[in-house]
Amino acid sequence: MAVKRNMDPKKCPMPSQEPNVRNKNFEEVALGYTYEMAVNEAKRCLSCPKKPCQSGCPVGIDIPAFIGKVAEEDMEGAFKILSASSALPAVCGRVCPQETQCEGKCVRGIKGESVGIGRLERFVADWHREHSDEKPEMPQSNGHKVAIIGAGPSGLTAAGDLAKLGYKVTVYEALHLAGGVLVYGIPEFRLPKTIVQKEIDNLKAIGVDIETNMVIGKVLTIDELFEMGNDAVYIASGAGLPRFMGIPGESLKGVYSANEYLTRVNLMKAYKPDSKTPIKHSKNVAVVGGGNVAMDAARSAKRLGAENVYIVYRRGMEELPARAEEVEHAQEEGIIFKTLTNPVEVLGDEDGMVCGMKCVEMELGEPDDSGRRRPIVKEGSEFELEIDTMIMSIGTSPNPLIRQTTPGLDTNRHGCIITNGDDGLTTREGVYAGGDAVTGAATVILAMGAGKQAAKAMDEYIKSKYNEQ
Amino acid sequence: MFKILKKEELNPTVTRMVIDAPLIAKKAEPGQFIIFRTKEDSERIPLTIADYDRQAGTVTIIFQIVGYGTMELNTLNEGDSIHDLVGPLGRPSETEGLKKVAVVGGGVGCAIAYPVAKKLHENGCEVHSVVGFRNKDLVILEDEFNAVSDKVCMMTDDGSHGTKGLVTTALEQLIKEGNQYDEVIAIGPLVMMKFVCKLTKEYDIKTIVSMNPIMIDGTGMCGGCRITVGGETKFACVDGPDFDGHQIDFDEAMHRGTMYKEFEQHAREEGCNLLKKEVL
Repeated sequence: MAVKRNMDPKKCPMPSQEPNVRNKNFEEVALGYTYEMAVNEAKRCLSCPKKPCQSGCPVGIDIPAFIGKVAEEDMEGAFKILSASSALPAVCGRVCPQETQCEGKCVRGIKGESVGIGRLERFVADWHREHSDEKPEMPQSNGHKVAIIGAGPSGLTAAGDLAKLGYKVTVYEALHLAGGVLVYGIPEFRLPKTIVQKEIDNLKAIGVDIETNMVIGKVLTIDELFEMGNDAVYIASGAGLPRFMGIPGESLKGVYSANEYLTRVNLMKAYKPDSKTPIKHSKNVAVVGGGNVAMDAARSAKRLGAENVYIVYRRGMEELPARAEEVEHAQEEGIIFKTLTNPVEVLGDEDGMVCGMKCVEMELGEPDDSGRRRPIVKEGSEFELEIDTMIMSIGTSPNPLIRQTTPGLDTNRHGCIITNGDDGLTTREGVYAGGDAVTGAATVILAMGAGKQAAKAMDEYIKSKYNEQ
Repeated sequence: MFKILKKEELNPTVTRMVIDAPLIAKKAEPGQFIIFRTKEDSERIPLTIADYDRQAGTVTIIFQIVGYGTMELNTLNEGDSIHDLVGPLGRPSETEGLKKVAVVGGGVGCAIAYPVAKKLHENGCEVHSVVGFRNKDLVILEDEFNAVSDKVCMMTDDGSHGTKGLVTTALEQLIKEGNQYDEVIAIGPLVMMKFVCKLTKEYDIKTIVSMNPIMIDGTGMCGGCRITVGGETKFACVDGPDFDGHQIDFDEAMHRGTMYKEFEQHAREEGCNLLKKEVL
């Protein structure tokens, strides 16, 4: 069917809640395209034969094909193309950094704005969830069993791919709820939990077993998973221990890691007024760090009623590692950016409660190993900021429980599991790993990409082990 | 879901539950803990394992009702089920190679000290148990301690049972009598552990304490359970809960423990008259 192209240089803006309304509630910020908006935006795609966008996608979605279906108004057809490559399209459409991936490679982006690929992905996944009552088909069993450690984006992606190939997949999750960072970390206003739950239900419907409250390394070891008849194991245990700066006062009451703060708010539902989960209702909050997690923590604190919420970051606005869209949203919602600023001490009152933060101003010097300009302390620039809550969001190091209890599994000096290139094979036969457990803290989509590659490698390994084609 | 096979009130605010949890029972060791959630929307609360039976596939927990979460757990009865139970978490207590140990327990901390004393006793170690309570009505596990100890010093604040005085008084007396301990293991309120450590430092006796800070996931993710040990930040859930007591910054830990005091207070006042009584 011939489709008339839309040559508007700008992408259709995302309808969103007003900043001054949304910074007081936990409902989703972006409301999603309407049917007409989606069809119209899809018509901006040039269907380039070389598909540069697809090469930018860690899970390799055939992007021009699914967008073509949207332009033809065949939403179910578009969903089939998406779900062939992604186990969690409704999630990716919301949280992927598209600007550096698919959209970053879009030809329309050269002279104008790229096609809104992420927004279209979200539209298609939401449309399917709301309109289709088609039950996912149960794949034919191939008689083999695999175990996956961690029900986050990487583990769930691997689980979906392996289940579709006929494996009996059991996912072991340490927390009481599956989803990993999608449920404990990313807030409701950016990723509604009902959507995550629906994606997980879809995996269960194709036969994936999810066992919660199972801390592998404690209740069962990897060796025991093999004894139980699993042919391969995928470790997707995610990032672990939060980092602190090592400055005085970090143990004062009111200093949280972003993990703790967000877990209380999201997983433990402290954002609901009737929640029994304790959380500090702060007035002045400093979030230290400039990544997406820092933005999530700051925007959550604002929604819980804080008057002043600061992002304290030692480099400049240009260097913020968070997605541009998250930074914009935070600014619109009244988050105050104190860039080129670094805390040197947390100050406490007589009860051991945070009452302020001593900071220094920074300036940028020569580029360092990461290619970013190195921040240097400006002499005599010390000042105090009045705060009652500090949230440390400066990264995490991998969880230690599995490496402590798995002989033969090598890790690097940071504690990240060592794997052999792209397929995720560890130093133990039949044991694969991916996601933050391997890379250190990264993004949902990179973790999903690793899950996808590991699933393929595990399938090849098991088939060659049994001489199957 | 984890079924409660037995429930018993040890004193007005301390309850013992035996829970069907075969996988946890298979791996549990003294010193390790579990995290429970009573219902689907309940808080996650850590509790040290008080006992386990590998054959029966059960773990025993003993808890004091201190806030909403433990109050809610206490509403469950035999035959009911706990929604979530995860464990065994943390590192087991190190008991190998010890020949003579003083185990000091304070209040409901005795519930955690008991399995350690039991394990030491099974290993052939000479165990001197010093257990302290506010008064005779709050005494728990007396028979159990008697069964696994070569000597038991029962202390109460008001002298209504055993000897009147603090656990530190009894411990110092034992040391002065010439008992040479390889180690002292102290488990109880922070203030008790702090003063036991102060005492044993004077006598240069290695002392292990079990820390029970505020915690959410218990698997090394949230960082809420951090403790300063020897000037370094440690996480009770994965590095502990046992630590060298002489290295711990107890004052900091005590401050951190009061983070949600008002919240707990509010939950208590809202829900339970029993808790308005002064206990422990």
